[in-house]
Amino acid sequence: MLRILHQIFRTGVVTEPLATEVENEVVLIGAGLEEAIRRRFSRSLVIRQVDAGSCNGCELEIIAMNNPIYNCERFGISFTASPRFADLLLVTGPVSVNMEIPLRRTYDATPGPKLVVAVGDCGCNGGIFGESYASLGGVGAVIPVDAVIPGCPPSPTDLLAGILKVVRGR
Amino acid sequence: MTTILAKMTAQFGTVASPGAASHGVPELSIPRTRFEEAAHLLKSAGARLVAEWGVDESLLGRGYAVIACFSAGRDYLLVRCELPLQDPTFPSLTKKYPAAFRFERQMESLMGLLPTGHVHSDHRPWIKFEDWPADAYPLRKGFDASQRMPRVAGEYRWARVRGEGVYEIAVGPVHAGIIEPGHFRFQAMGEDVLRLEERLGYTHKGIEKRFEALSWTQGAALAGRVSGDCTVAHALGFCRALEALCGVEAPPRAQWLRALFLERERIANHLGDIGAIANDAAFSFLLYQFSRLKEAILRSNHRLFGHRYLMDRVVAGGVAVDLGCDGSAGMIEELAWLSDEFERLVEIYDRSSSLEDRVRTTGTLSPELARDLGTVGFVARASGQALDCRVLAPFPPYDRFEPEMTVLASCDVHARAWVRVSEIRDSIRLIREFLATLPGGEISLPLPPAGPDRSGFSVVEGWRGEIVYWLQSGSRGEINRCMIRDPSSVNWLGLEQAVLGNIVPDFPLCNKSFNQSYSGHDL
Repeated sequence: MLRILHQIFRTGVVTEPLATEVENEVVLIGAGLEEAIRRRFSRSLVIRQVDAGSCNGCELEIIAMNNPIYNCERFGISFTASPRFADLLLVTGPVSVNMEIPLRRTYDATPGPKLVVAVGDCGCNGGIFGESYASLGGVGAVIPVDAVIPGCPPSPTDLLAGILKVVRGR
Repeated sequence: MTTILAKMTAQFGTVASPGAASHGVPELSIPRTRFEEAAHLLKSAGARLVAEWGVDESLLGRGYAVIACFSAGRDYLLVRCELPLQDPTFPSLTKKYPAAFRFERQMESLMGLLPTGHVHSDHRPWIKFEDWPADAYPLRKGFDASQRMPRVAGEYRWARVRGEGVYEIAVGPVHAGIIEPGHFRFQAMGEDVLRLEERLGYTHKGIEKRFEALSWTQGAALAGRVSGDCTVAHALGFCRALEALCGVEAPPRAQWLRALFLERERIANHLGDIGAIANDAAFSFLLYQFSRLKEAILRSNHRLFGHRYLMDRVVAGGVAVDLGCDGSAGMIEELAWLSDEFERLVEIYDRSSSLEDRVRTTGTLSPELARDLGTVGFVARASGQALDCRVLAPFPPYDRFEPEMTVLASCDVHARAWVRVSEIRDSIRLIREFLATLPGGEISLPLPPAGPDRSGFSVVEGWRGEIVYWLQSGSRGEINRCMIRDPSSVNWLGLEQAVLGNIVPDFPLCNKSFNQSYSGHDL
């Protein structure tokens, strides 16, 4: 136990000491995000992430958004297990033929008004996988999309910025 | 001459394969009537079945072929038999190798090659879903991959367990966390798992078919997106198979940098996973601590090489980015910091009795099952299997700096975590060795044209385990076939067995300790 406490104290709050350029970016985005979330979503934006066929690259960065360095929860952003509680669907692609129906069902299970953000080059337009017998291309080919965050994969900062953009735009 | 090849040629004689034999591995062509006999011989020689796949060679003026890859110790061997277009059947290997049943279901589903004498008679489609037209065989040359398939009515027949008090839990495909999609069907009684059936294929993107429409250069980029968390290992597997096919070797500096990327990828993923395992035992402290270290690696990847996960940094003929002197010095400094931080956390992991209570004896996969199911990578090593192709089939610089193979006997969640602890230490050592001996010179060379009807083979030990690539060029030197066997293709079978007899609430912990790829499996 002492060892754990010692490690906690010697680590400190890692969310603050970021490289300057990243810090500026995150804080700038974060302040705006926090304000928009407070105004529009009663202080909390709840996200249901859906992997509709991705290579798992985008998931790595969405997970990184939750690490203590990006710490998206400080802006009121949290991830939920159930689409029933979600304000926003964060969908990675390309949408595979085998995930089309589960994606539609998740969308239908999310209460309105809801936002959909397509993540990654593949979520935008199918990326390198294109459209084929197995891939339907971007998320927009299956459900209505409010915003896209391109990148392969988009960095956690890109993701925070993209979410801010869509939250502000409403 | 290798041992299993010697045994095979003693019984079957030397039969040359049509076209140019695969480069990078010995290959033997036998009549299909003797396919099972070959498996019998290889099984008694102690060989494991690495992969089994089909290829449509109709554009090369032949029929179909079935290729099985075996390995024993340091040897790899391809055994190939030809099937006429009108009668695409072949003897199943499931009697000798249980792991063949997934490979064969996949070959039947995607290429329409029918195994006969299948020991389980399990002809349910795999990856192909019940709502695909039954006659859609995407890997056949006649299949137009650009056309959308109509959905048809159909039902997947799940395995059932009946009895008083038995109930089912259906999980997925959309899971609770930020993870890939797949379906798990549990049959349980009380809290005990009686049976787990995995249903995968949700992320099937038609990758193997997609390769056939791309150039070799684009192929390396696609290989880097087979499974995003092992982009280096997959791109390297593709590039090494292509270089074998073309008969060239990347320059020494590129080989060193590739290995450096591979070990950095191993460290980053293992760090994330050890933390995630602890988190699934409600010890979130370690998740945040380890993810802090992982983030440091990702950031220096970005700073030094321009991409957090090193995507597109391994290219055909070499690497796309060099490492300067400053970068090298900075990396050594960072490794010293990382090593110190890491050891503090490992000590906390090791001394936490509540964590130990959850991870010890949980989710055991016996050495016999690990062997019979053909598991690879850290999953196999945690269950007593001495398999690591960096050691058994080394390419430079691993032939000079042999990785230390950690093989454990407790076969549980702890073993799968602890193998990774020791691999992080060893990867740090390897990177230091690579940096100290980094050769000068070019970082890539131009590849000669692929040439018609040739094939190339490679194995690369990614952080999950052995990745296998087999490439074949067509009559115009284009990609005719790209076969990929991700470690997940075999290791998912291990999870189904490891979870038996455990309580349902321990499933996430077991699953996290395996952490297999859905995308790499579904392709």
